[in-house]
Amino acid sequence: MQLNANVPAHGGSRFGDRAFKWLTLLMALSVFVLIVLIGFELAQGSRLALQKFGWRFLTSSNWDPVNDEFGALPFIFGTIVSAAIGLIIAVPISIATAVYLTELAPLWLRQPLIMFIELLAAVPSVILGLWGIFVMVPWLRDHLFPWLQNTLGFLPFFKGPIYGVSMLAGGIIVAIMIVPIITSVSREILRSVPGLQREAAYALGATRWEVTRIAVLSYAKKGLFGAVILGLGRALGETMAVTMVIGNSPQIVKSLFAPGYTLASVIANEFSEATGDVYLSALFEIGLVLLGVTVVVNALAQVLLKTFAGPGVKPQH
Amino acid sequence: MTAANHHWRKFKNRLMQTVTFTCAILVVTPLVLVFYYLVKEGFGAINWEFFTQLPKPVGETGGGMANAIVGTFLLLGQAAVLGVPIGVLGGVFLSEYGSSHLNWWIRFAADILNGVPSITWGIVVYALIVMPMHGFSALAGGAVLGMMMIPLVMRTTEEVLQLVPNGYREAALALGIAKWRTIAQIVMRTALKGIVTGVLLALARVAGETAPLLFTAFGNHYWTHKLTDPIAALPLQIFNYAISPYNDWHRQAWAGALVLLLLVLFINISVRFLTRDRFRRNG
Repeated sequence: MQLNANVPAHGGSRFGDRAFKWLTLLMALSVFVLIVLIGFELAQGSRLALQKFGWRFLTSSNWDPVNDEFGALPFIFGTIVSAAIGLIIAVPISIATAVYLTELAPLWLRQPLIMFIELLAAVPSVILGLWGIFVMVPWLRDHLFPWLQNTLGFLPFFKGPIYGVSMLAGGIIVAIMIVPIITSVSREILRSVPGLQREAAYALGATRWEVTRIAVLSYAKKGLFGAVILGLGRALGETMAVTMVIGNSPQIVKSLFAPGYTLASVIANEFSEATGDVYLSALFEIGLVLLGVTVVVNALAQVLLKTFAGPGVKPQH
Repeated sequence: MTAANHHWRKFKNRLMQTVTFTCAILVVTPLVLVFYYLVKEGFGAINWEFFTQLPKPVGETGGGMANAIVGTFLLLGQAAVLGVPIGVLGGVFLSEYGSSHLNWWIRFAADILNGVPSITWGIVVYALIVMPMHGFSALAGGAVLGMMMIPLVMRTTEEVLQLVPNGYREAALALGIAKWRTIAQIVMRTALKGIVTGVLLALARVAGETAPLLFTAFGNHYWTHKLTDPIAALPLQIFNYAISPYNDWHRQAWAGALVLLLLVLFINISVRFLTRDRFRRNG
């Protein structure tokens, strides 16, 4: 067969090249189309509520479908508090686990544990919620919460009647849901710390933990912070499991044992029964607020993760 | 450095090893507990009837989730029709074409989409499809799951294509094979296992989604005969049964959850098995 380097590309394949390139470009641009679509539909849907309530929507606590008065503050409060509780519980445990998996665990134990954690990430939210309603909440109601009230009852967070379904239950289940993602992203971050850093610390006589603390964790601070923000983004949007255990009561109280309500939960519970255009529009506006908050948080996390000096960091879904 | 100092440092070392190990155990515990209770509560309710019968009215025992199981598969099929071509071809663009500037923005957008709460997808598709069609439908459900799959599949396809050695591309181009053929028939074929893996994982992920289906597929107590009718799905049915006040429905919710979890775990584990590193590697 003769190979002639001067032969120009065959006409047919030139068309094929152009067509394929444009086809794949079009498909790739779909992500922008989707983002615009989401923003547009939410903005359209919330127009009525935006016109009627303006900023009052975010500052009023009055959620009154009967009188067509809608204030989203209880849901904002609930979302923030449940996400905060989730983070407080999940972040130390996840980062400690990531440290264990990358630095301290015996080699034969690493893969099985990693697999377990990734399987936990695959558990659908509704199944965790089911377990939450019938197993976790009764246990909380009968064991953990009374104990908390007995020992820490002087704090305003732990006063008040105990129902089981509560803000704290919502926070705990959020923690369970975000632990896998914070753990795996942290693991990737820790793995991408250059070996030289560790070796240098060992050479100076550090113990294993000291190597981890001095050479790895301080180096990885920015990336770990990005992992935490990613977890926060996930926590803010968590819907089903939270809806099933948080009690669904729009109120702002100090007690963590009282039921709460989140932005995602109110949409899940009330959207299909929303009577009237203003009601529906108010729920769309809640969706808009939720979208805005999660997009900002996720964008921040992505920037942190992408600019952390680590070539081996995989994007997490 | 005194001996006491050595002892203290050694103690801290041991202590942190124990603390981090405990945290690792804590992380694994919920999965174990969930699985244990699913089997304990749900196994008894799984029988032939569960897989073949429609839900019975409250008060009558028995009945099953046949329509929900079939519904989930129908929805996944539609989702794949929408999500796989767009996602895979989009991933091809990210890996093989484009400028680093444009591609950065596309990746950024895809990652943002991956972070959009599933309930938000639900109300967007409600406005997009359900409202114009004046009704809930299987199409809307399949559409929302498909849309959710697109950014997932795009990113995994891109990653996998990046792993194909450049030598393959260069060799093919040197032989005079057109670029599009190089990509479509050589690069993609090499990466096929990885692409399929990514698609399966995305399907497993959307199979468990409930929130987006609440206002699109909506659920159905009967068989769905037209794609323009509402359709039942496993996660939806589990949710509706779980929050109901009826014990028999609670039992069925556990059974449905067990089936759903087994499906999702089966896909995840087989994918991991098929792509396992055959050479022992450090974690």
